[in-house]
Amino acid sequence: MRLGLVIDLDVCVGCHACAVSCKQWNASGTTGALTDYDPYGAEPSGVWFNRIRHFEVGTYPESKTINFPMSCMHCEDADCVTVCPTGASYKRAEDGIVLVDQRKCMGCNYCSWACPYGARELDRESGTMKKCTLCVDRIYDQEIPVEERQPACVLTCPAHARMFGDFDDQQSAVSRAVRERGGYQLLPELGYNPTNHYLPVRKHKPIETEGLGKPGFKERLKGLANRVVKI
Amino acid sequence: MHPAFSVIFFTVTSGAGLGLFALLYLVDVFKLGGGVSPDQVLSIGILSLIMVAAGLMSSVFHLANPVNAWRAFSRYRTSWLSREGVFAMAFYPFAMLYIGFTAWDASYFDTSRKLAGAVGLLLAWITIFSTGMIYGCLKTIRQWNTPLVPLNYLLLGHMSGAMILLAMTAGSEGMNNALRGIVLMLLVVAAAMKGVYYYWIGYPRAMGSTINTATGFTRAKVKILDQGHTHGTFLTQEFGYQVSRQLTWLLKAVVFAAAFVLPILLLAGVLGGASAGGAVALVLFGLVVERWLFFAEARHVINLFHGAQRC
Repeated sequence: MRLGLVIDLDVCVGCHACAVSCKQWNASGTTGALTDYDPYGAEPSGVWFNRIRHFEVGTYPESKTINFPMSCMHCEDADCVTVCPTGASYKRAEDGIVLVDQRKCMGCNYCSWACPYGARELDRESGTMKKCTLCVDRIYDQEIPVEERQPACVLTCPAHARMFGDFDDQQSAVSRAVRERGGYQLLPELGYNPTNHYLPVRKHKPIETEGLGKPGFKERLKGLANRVVKI
Repeated sequence: MHPAFSVIFFTVTSGAGLGLFALLYLVDVFKLGGGVSPDQVLSIGILSLIMVAAGLMSSVFHLANPVNAWRAFSRYRTSWLSREGVFAMAFYPFAMLYIGFTAWDASYFDTSRKLAGAVGLLLAWITIFSTGMIYGCLKTIRQWNTPLVPLNYLLLGHMSGAMILLAMTAGSEGMNNALRGIVLMLLVVAAAMKGVYYYWIGYPRAMGSTINTATGFTRAKVKILDQGHTHGTFLTQEFGYQVSRQLTWLLKAVVFAAAFVLPILLLAGVLGGASAGGAVALVLFGLVVERWLFFAEARHVINLFHGAQRC
């Protein structure tokens, strides 16, 4: 089993709900708390497992805003695990989830240096490295309904831009989405082979705004009705 | 990268300590310039061990959770950081055996003495190489991911170690002449290799990561609109450090002047009234600046997600 996420960049609206939901769930999860520094002050900062960046692709007028959520990619060749001197970082053989054993971590930051995706953040309070757990304390929970056994970010996404599933299963929703929509990995040249994939923007036909011709009888009738209603 | 003083001190001090031991052993075994006396092996050997220990202690201050530092010896099969610690620890008993046998001056144990020293020498070399590989193995930082990094660590460690050995044995004439040649050679070679390194990292490679490969939008210009956080994060604090191009040029001039050119002139007698102690101070100061630049100039690929076009 190779569990991971698919993020649809065509659908993401950049609302940060996944990051907030992630923080809410994981603050009391297996690697909680996620310490905040100066949360109500002038310089708020803190530990987050999920961060959303916003890019502009192309130049105006042929440009588009891309909202870009990023969390741990649960890489197949995870250097963060191999460089860890204490054995605190590990990748689970059964489902490929990369985790940090909080009891073993000595807070040397070395794994965060090895991670190209910025997935790991040091908690200054506990002195240990923290990262996305793919909600490991939720996806296997037999006490909650089957449809809720998904990462918090996936459940909460109002645009359904996030999918969770098994990439080893060729028929799973995530595998099919990657196959059909041309899903890709970030920074493939570094060779980390991340499990999480991103779906590119669909090709849309531009909506015509100019040169639409004179309005027909139907449009004129509608316009008249609108004016009558406004009176 | 954020240049942390504890790591700068650690790499400069333990590198010099290990280089000092290596040179001490080689001078002793091959009787260069008449060799060193057992008393000198004892004092210089202990100094080298103290320097390595001070460096390792300083690296512990870099940890956020030092309670678990002892676990760092466990993952030597994959981690260069772990290997560095394991080899440094393995170095100690052999180095101490060699120093102890020498000070005891028992000719009966001469072969054991030389063997222990040889193993210590090998472990010193492997330890400095491991220190370099901690940085050299990271694919995320272009400026570090080159064989020149462990090579530089080896050369600079030996260079500073040889310089200290020269200062410590300044009393004997024959030793001075033999060592001075070695130190001059190391200074020139290390300076040349540092120059090659600075040239190598000076220009981004054609195949390097860009904001396009980071986001996957490879057919258009990509620029950041919003980093998504109100204030700095762990990522911006650790990896966001930026040093201006003008300052790097200035500091590189300081590195070459303090660590290489002035010591060469001092040793060659050009500047007159040369004291090896002054040269040691110059070299160590130059290496601290060099190590600061080594961190400050390193650009982690996470900066691509914060708006850098290339790293």
